[in-house]
Amino acid sequence: MLLFAPYILLAFCGAAAFCGALNIVVVSMVEVLGKEEHGGMKAEKREVRGARWLAAVPEDEYVLKGNSACAGCTAMIALRYALKASRATGRKTLLLVGACCMVVCEGVYPNTAYNVPTLDTAFACTASMASGVEAALKSFGRRDVNVIAFAGDGGTVDIGIQALSGAVERGHNFLYVCYDNEAYCNTGMQRSGATPLCARTTTTPSGKREKKKDVPRIIAAHDIPYVATVCPSYPMDLYEKFKKALSIEGPKYIHVLTPCPVSWRFPTSKGIEMGKLAVRTGMWTLYEVEHGVFRLSAPSRRVVLNGDVLPVEKYLRAQGRFNGITDEEVERIQKIVYQELERLKEATARRRLW
Amino acid sequence: MQEEVVFVTGNEAVARAVKLAKPNVIAAYPITPQTEIVEVLARYVESGELRSEYIHVESEHSAMAACIGAASMGARVFTATAAHGFLYMCEMIFWASIARLPIVMANVNRALAPGWNIWAELKDAMAHRDAGWIQFYTASIQEAYDTTLMAFRVAEDRRVMLPTMVNLEGFVLSHVMQPLRLVDEAAYDEFLPPVRIPHALNFERPHTLGTLISPEHNFLVQYDNNKCMRAADDVIAETEREFEKITGRRYRAVMKYRCEDAETLVIAMGTLAREAEVACDSLRDKGEKIGVLRLRQLRPFPKAFAEEVKRLPAERFIIIDRAYSSGYGGILAEEVKARLYDLGIIKEVKSIIAGLGGQDVPHEALEKLFMDKQGGETWYGV
Repeated sequence: MLLFAPYILLAFCGAAAFCGALNIVVVSMVEVLGKEEHGGMKAEKREVRGARWLAAVPEDEYVLKGNSACAGCTAMIALRYALKASRATGRKTLLLVGACCMVVCEGVYPNTAYNVPTLDTAFACTASMASGVEAALKSFGRRDVNVIAFAGDGGTVDIGIQALSGAVERGHNFLYVCYDNEAYCNTGMQRSGATPLCARTTTTPSGKREKKKDVPRIIAAHDIPYVATVCPSYPMDLYEKFKKALSIEGPKYIHVLTPCPVSWRFPTSKGIEMGKLAVRTGMWTLYEVEHGVFRLSAPSRRVVLNGDVLPVEKYLRAQGRFNGITDEEVERIQKIVYQELERLKEATARRRLW
Repeated sequence: MQEEVVFVTGNEAVARAVKLAKPNVIAAYPITPQTEIVEVLARYVESGELRSEYIHVESEHSAMAACIGAASMGARVFTATAAHGFLYMCEMIFWASIARLPIVMANVNRALAPGWNIWAELKDAMAHRDAGWIQFYTASIQEAYDTTLMAFRVAEDRRVMLPTMVNLEGFVLSHVMQPLRLVDEAAYDEFLPPVRIPHALNFERPHTLGTLISPEHNFLVQYDNNKCMRAADDVIAETEREFEKITGRRYRAVMKYRCEDAETLVIAMGTLAREAEVACDSLRDKGEKIGVLRLRQLRPFPKAFAEEVKRLPAERFIIIDRAYSSGYGGILAEEVKARLYDLGIIKEVKSIIAGLGGQDVPHEALEKLFMDKQGGETWYGV
């Protein structure tokens, strides 16, 4: 038994302190369901709808207490709801985790915070390892498993994009999730292809000079059955998209914007707010591309279609990573956002993203 | 039962062996001179002769990653590569052995660029000497076939659980045709039990593979790895004896050719060892007492080597290397010298570097090199 002991990391339910991720979710519920305006619904109606939705979400927890996520980590909310959504499909879950924060969040051997069979992968190969997992399950004749691969933006838009492109082109039946904290946050915030223009990282101390790489669009160009963008600040939208993705056969891709208090330098209590600001300013847009048909999601509809958009400055000035940004730079980003919103408006009319 | 004999290339022989092993998953990317292996396997899968999931990966890194993913689920897997492909999957090669996954891989040995060269050299495999894989080096098409068949059983043995590679030299074996005696499918099914990977992921008792591991546990993983690699030596010997029972073909970690009374012992791997046997015959005719000792496995380094060297009367060793460690020496030569030191044997050792980048090494040339009494290191052709 000692022989394999280092590999067999039994799920461990720590009795440790109440984890940051769970706290944050409670806050997010109150914010989303209680305070914020939401698609023009009246407050009571929203509450009824929210309560009904919440009642339908499985109570089982697959992200356990005692995990080692940083306080205020929004990526863990995404994982938590992804695993609940998978449970709601009635199938089993096989989770792959690329080399990223989420491996650290599992904790150290002999503990693990994820209560589903989990395969940690190397940096570049989350999608290709998922290909192997999926092929093995197919060979065993098992059709009752959701294969879900989680990787960060570095592991997706940079080092892992080849493996991802290959895997979705081959049509494996799996869901790939990129949780995007817009830098190599696990190693202390170095620039990635997903880092936005002007953001200060440890490797772009005077601000990034290039735009964020639009990977959801690249993956949508592979013509796969389902691509969606989400943000944990909108948990209903996130949960429903995960559920929908998992109901579809073939390769699926979900890109999650996950504000990171440590690297973006904002207070740990502001993660949900930051995600909302991203959406409300048009810095991040929620949409889905289902069998090629593009559709804006409710929170982004009013931003893109009704021009109900906050100035990007509100978002930028709230984060330490944009410290020292000049008015000209803000202007430049604002211009790019307006162009992007225009493009999305056209996409909505055409019902095609590209 | 009538034994079936076909006339095939080394590549096709390997593919035929894989077909008998019926892997659940094959993930492979084409590269010269390995291409025919993946082509033939793809044909088997498409025609329904082989019911494997074939993953047409977009790179070798992904090939090994997919193999790791599938094996982590408890599947029998196979891949094949060569040279640059092998180096491209390097990260995953180490991953596979640390994860203790019994992946079987054929590597068609080829030299490395720049200066594109597609011909035989062992450096691609030897550069992964310390990767924790069992390494076989074959010297004929029949041997490549038989060794691939045995590799699955060795790798998947509960006492071993380590990835295993079968090396066959590019073109010299991969593209040359030789008669091949096939193994009967029913006999092989009995020889190779169904795969069972004890630490594979499952849904009954969920666990995590590969999470963070602290210094107090990491070295234990490596210690266990070595323990099982050492155990593999005995498992290989046992497997070779079992294989002999069903095929009559005898393989040992150390293959001896006219060694018993040899004063000079040539030590080599792969096809150059067979070429040395031809040179040996010719020198024997001229009254020279010479023999050839061929190593079939580099890792685990066979215990049998020490036993043979202690027992045999040879006073002079000649080691042929088809791979070189720049700034150090012939890789096999240095390995052998280290073993001789362990055994307290201080005898004359000559190192011949020959056949790099597919350099043609005829037996006449080897004869001359063997007769040259000068010690130290000699580069053939320089």
